[in-house]
Amino acid sequence: MPPFFLTLRQCFFMLDLHGYGWLLFDGLQLTIAVGLCAMVVAVLLGLLGSWGKLTHHRWANLAANIYTTVVRGVPELILLLLVYFGTPTLIQSIATRMGYDIRVDINPFVAGTITIGFIYGAFATEVLRGAFQSIHKGQVEAARAIGMPRLKTFHRILLPQALRFALPGLGNVWMVLIKATALISIIQLDELMRKTKIASNATHEPFTFYLLASFIYLGITLVSMMAQKRAEIWANKGVTR
Amino acid sequence: MDFSVVWQYLPMLLQGAWVTLWITVVSLAIGLAVAIPLALARLAKNPLISSPAYVFVLYFRGTPLLVQIFLIYYGSGQFRLELTDLGLWGFFRDPWFCGVLALVLNTAAYSAEIFRGAISAVPRNDIEAGQACGMSGLLLFRRITMPKAFRIGLPAYGNEVIFLLQATSLVSTITILDLTGISRQLISKTFAVYEFYLTAAVMYLVMTYALVYLFRVWEKRMSGHLQERVVNEPR
Repeated sequence: MPPFFLTLRQCFFMLDLHGYGWLLFDGLQLTIAVGLCAMVVAVLLGLLGSWGKLTHHRWANLAANIYTTVVRGVPELILLLLVYFGTPTLIQSIATRMGYDIRVDINPFVAGTITIGFIYGAFATEVLRGAFQSIHKGQVEAARAIGMPRLKTFHRILLPQALRFALPGLGNVWMVLIKATALISIIQLDELMRKTKIASNATHEPFTFYLLASFIYLGITLVSMMAQKRAEIWANKGVTR
Repeated sequence: MDFSVVWQYLPMLLQGAWVTLWITVVSLAIGLAVAIPLALARLAKNPLISSPAYVFVLYFRGTPLLVQIFLIYYGSGQFRLELTDLGLWGFFRDPWFCGVLALVLNTAAYSAEIFRGAISAVPRNDIEAGQACGMSGLLLFRRITMPKAFRIGLPAYGNEVIFLLQATSLVSTITILDLTGISRQLISKTFAVYEFYLTAAVMYLVMTYALVYLFRVWEKRMSGHLQERVVNEPR
């Protein structure tokens, strides 16, 4: 092992984690994986939702408004439990009524990713809606005037600028989202929080392990903050203040 | 879907909703009392005062609430003997105390950040005008800075209140029977999974938008003199 990891291990031994330190590291990987997948889902839903809010389609308007209103009014925990435990029972009872006997189990990773992505998609919708609205209408008109098709206008003119405006807001969504992934431990996914519980039950040292877990989350937050600052500087390179 | 089972247990759900509201209000009140001195400490010029406040806010905003709740409720068990010696074990054994404590510390950190922003957004002119009238120190703060900052921070604080209302659902993980907790308990008894969760979701939705409405009315009242006056023009 390289000397850096040896000193790192010594640090762990100073805390005396009874060899459970690497368990948390495993959990951290899953937490980040769920977080990144959920963020992708959230941004895609956010794009769809902001389109729904800004379009002149009445039904799309209604759907997008119901989506953001409901999701922001219900706790994440209830939505998570509803998706994870509610959906299989719902499908099963419909199937039973139709004369089939099936058992549905949702993979906790998929359920967690989709639910967290679905919830923060509503927040991303608002962020992206604001970003699209802050682009001057004349730009789209100019693009259309020189004969750019709608889709090309979107990805050449609207999207690059909107993402720059949306960067601070999306950064916030990410930081809230990664903390919300701790909830997934409740549906038995072996992410950081659940690994922490396993370690603290085994060692009877809950304080040590939950404190360590909290510092790991804090580390993620701090790294995200720095990355966000970098990204904002990068995105605003071509803009004078 | 069969909602008759929900109808049967509706009084219990309403009781759970009442517990949710109660925890929200208590945590908010104590949290607010902690947040204002914390915001002032954050703004202090002396780094010995401002940096501990900064670390506190960073920690409680940078870690998940669920970890904070577990750290206090389960973590305190590790110091059981020490806490018993201090006579504090009775508090930390109680999930209510731990749940509310975690929520208070969490909301205090978020609100302190809101008020810090609001206080530093108070226009310099207003403070100078106050000083020109001979006010200083606490009087200036109480009469000029504080009311203005409260008005500036109110919309953001309203959002924090709504977040807290929803965050209280997490105390169900440490055996408190709030709306979420009671729903989970009833589900394990009746197996009517989505009926109860959907009902709970609707109840949270109603509470949230009632609060949103209340805050909107309050904001209007607080800044009534800044609203555009509606003039009844003669026809």
